Amino acid sequence: MATIQSIERAAAVLHVLGAVHEPVALGELSRLLDLPKPTVHGIVRTLCEVGFVTQEPDTGRYALGSGLATLGEGLDPHLLRSRAVNWADGLAARTGMEVELGVLTGRTVELVHHVFRPDGSPQRLRVGELQPLATSALGLVLLAFSPAVSASAAREAGDPTPRVSLARAVQLARRQGWACVDSTLRPGVATLAAPLRRHLGHRLGVGVGALGVSGPRDRVLGPSGEPRDDLVTQVVAAAHAVSSTLQERL
Amino acid sequence: MSASYVASIDQGTTSTRCLLFDHAGRMVSVAQHEHHQHYPRPGWAEHDAAEIWANTLRVLPEALALAGLQPSDVAAVGIANQRETTVVWDRATGRPVAPAITWQDTRTADLVAELGRSAAAPLFEEVCGLTPAGYFAAPRLRWLLDHVPGLQRRARLGEVAFGTMESWLIWNLTGGPDGGVHVTDVTNASRTMLMDIHTLQWDQRLLDALDVPAAMLPEIRPNAQVYGTCTVGLPGVVIGGAFGDQQAALFGQTCFDEGEAKCTYGTGAFLLMNTGASVTPSTHGLLSTVAYALEGEQPVYATEGSIAVAGALVQWFRDSLEMISSAPEIETLARRVEDNGGCYIVPAFAGLFAPRWQADARGVVVGLTSYVTRGHLARAVLEATAWQTCEVVEAVDLDTSLTLSRLRVDGGMTANHLLMQTVADVLDVPVERPLVAESVSLGAAYAAGLAVGFWPDLDVLRGTWRRAALWEPSMSPVVRRRERAAWDRAVQRTLHWVVDEDPDAAPPG
Repeated sequence: MATIQSIERAAAVLHVLGAVHEPVALGELSRLLDLPKPTVHGIVRTLCEVGFVTQEPDTGRYALGSGLATLGEGLDPHLLRSRAVNWADGLAARTGMEVELGVLTGRTVELVHHVFRPDGSPQRLRVGELQPLATSALGLVLLAFSPAVSASAAREAGDPTPRVSLARAVQLARRQGWACVDSTLRPGVATLAAPLRRHLGHRLGVGVGALGVSGPRDRVLGPSGEPRDDLVTQVVAAAHAVSSTLQERL
Repeated sequence: MSASYVASIDQGTTSTRCLLFDHAGRMVSVAQHEHHQHYPRPGWAEHDAAEIWANTLRVLPEALALAGLQPSDVAAVGIANQRETTVVWDRATGRPVAPAITWQDTRTADLVAELGRSAAAPLFEEVCGLTPAGYFAAPRLRWLLDHVPGLQRRARLGEVAFGTMESWLIWNLTGGPDGGVHVTDVTNASRTMLMDIHTLQWDQRLLDALDVPAAMLPEIRPNAQVYGTCTVGLPGVVIGGAFGDQQAALFGQTCFDEGEAKCTYGTGAFLLMNTGASVTPSTHGLLSTVAYALEGEQPVYATEGSIAVAGALVQWFRDSLEMISSAPEIETLARRVEDNGGCYIVPAFAGLFAPRWQADARGVVVGLTSYVTRGHLARAVLEATAWQTCEVVEAVDLDTSLTLSRLRVDGGMTANHLLMQTVADVLDVPVERPLVAESVSLGAAYAAGLAVGFWPDLDVLRGTWRRAALWEPSMSPVVRRRERAAWDRAVQRTLHWVVDEDPDAAPPG
């Protein structure tokens, strides 16, 4: 089988940077790899974009990036919460609904953040609450966007949802970029959620969590039974804003 | 009403920000620029007031542009500022005569110690409610008068002006050398050591004790009052209020009634409780200060306790011990274990602050056994902030005979649910977080909005407060008593560590 040359060269760049214990200049890198400078430059620029390599702002030299070291680690759920807090508060203020942030824990959704419905009514903090993957909006979003879990895993976990309808729901969530579930967890309450994604370079990255709003079904859903457009826009925008904070150096 | 927003300038230690709020008290826009921190010598910390003014002129249009608004959409602007940072400027040129000396600067320690021993010390306590200490503004002003050539004479002639950051910004916003209004508000003035806390006026005896010429002082005004109209930045918009940052947070949290309290958790933590119409001199290491004064009404007072090391302990755990790679991860680590495993950390890094004030104390980690893991240490880090809060609350109880029934919290550490639950557990009262996290800016906006009738009264403001989270105490009294006693024993072990008046000396073996 033929090897893909660019990947092979990228790996060579990483090996060199890993072997030299201080930042390396482009010319030096080109000499060590015996490759033309423009070729090496293209490779290190791309590796910088995806976070595997960093460039020192002062000297312009290159070194291994933190993205490589953290490749096997998940995003810390409390770091995710701290990045999301202000956006979650803003979402609750604008929609008048309660806001939930969930991450994958085993084969369930665990709430790591919860903002009260801002109406002064007595409410209980639901942080730590577990929700089923297949029947919650947060769960469907995680199934659609997180590579760490598959629909079959949700079924193995004892979920009664028929295979076909679950597959359809996950596919729909993936296509729309959000999921909405009506009255499955609490009667009369609908939840609308969108994915929090950790970006790599310019491409959309992997799902690391789900952000959603919950409210009375007649406020979440329009007359057609579909979620209200303005609400979808707000939830997706807030999730997108949180996602962009994850692109920064963590 | 065409103007449907109120602006707030938050002039903080690291940055200057402008936030815009709508009628429901919701934040609609924020712009921010950081300024440089100058440390020319050990213990010195300075800001360039001209840079801060330039940043202010940048953030105002930026915040408007982000929300798609014009100055005419803004009903009023309020200012909240880092307290006690001292600037003196030339009234004719508008230029600062020296770098601003910040609240973190310790160059006046000797001057203050001398003052504390002098015959005037009891007078300061009686008149301004403060025990002379390095972090108030007047000693910094005295230092400038002593060290900037000719400044004392120019001050007497009224050629130069003194102010904390709100005075500097208001003077510049209202025209600077060309008719600028030279005012301060009661909360900032109450932190100078020169104001009579009862009459809310400069006290000539205190001015004499420090030889500060009255001609350089701003006029003291209520917190919510139209001070003047902006000629630049937000042209045509009236300045409707100003507040020191911690009092702004108390106001923004709508703690308008006696006994209501808030705690802001940042690098350090500041707990303020509204004590109503009465000044409560502290016998337990707290400060009496003005909470707020509305135009034509009696002032409302507060008692304040500061915790030097709160978030700073988490930063130490991250940066010096390298136990975690980001501050929020401490919660993940702490949740790996059920309790502190018998381990306690008392972060008396620069001695113990309120309510104990023991300069010769240094930090300890105690209760170590082979059972203790870094998860237990993470718990102990978080519990240290909770127990320090508890000590301040106990001192407030003793000083004021007011009992805390709930605590409102804000600041970055409120994102840590485990910490907030622990605070609720050790205080044995509910802890609640508001939906608008920006309590400091909101407080200044509230003051400005009240001054122009954008909001009619305090009841309406109270109605805009929204609860985002509530932590109910769930620790059994038996456990609380046991943990309280263990914390006390840990604190005892910090005392008298520093010997021979040498802060770096090790104790004799």
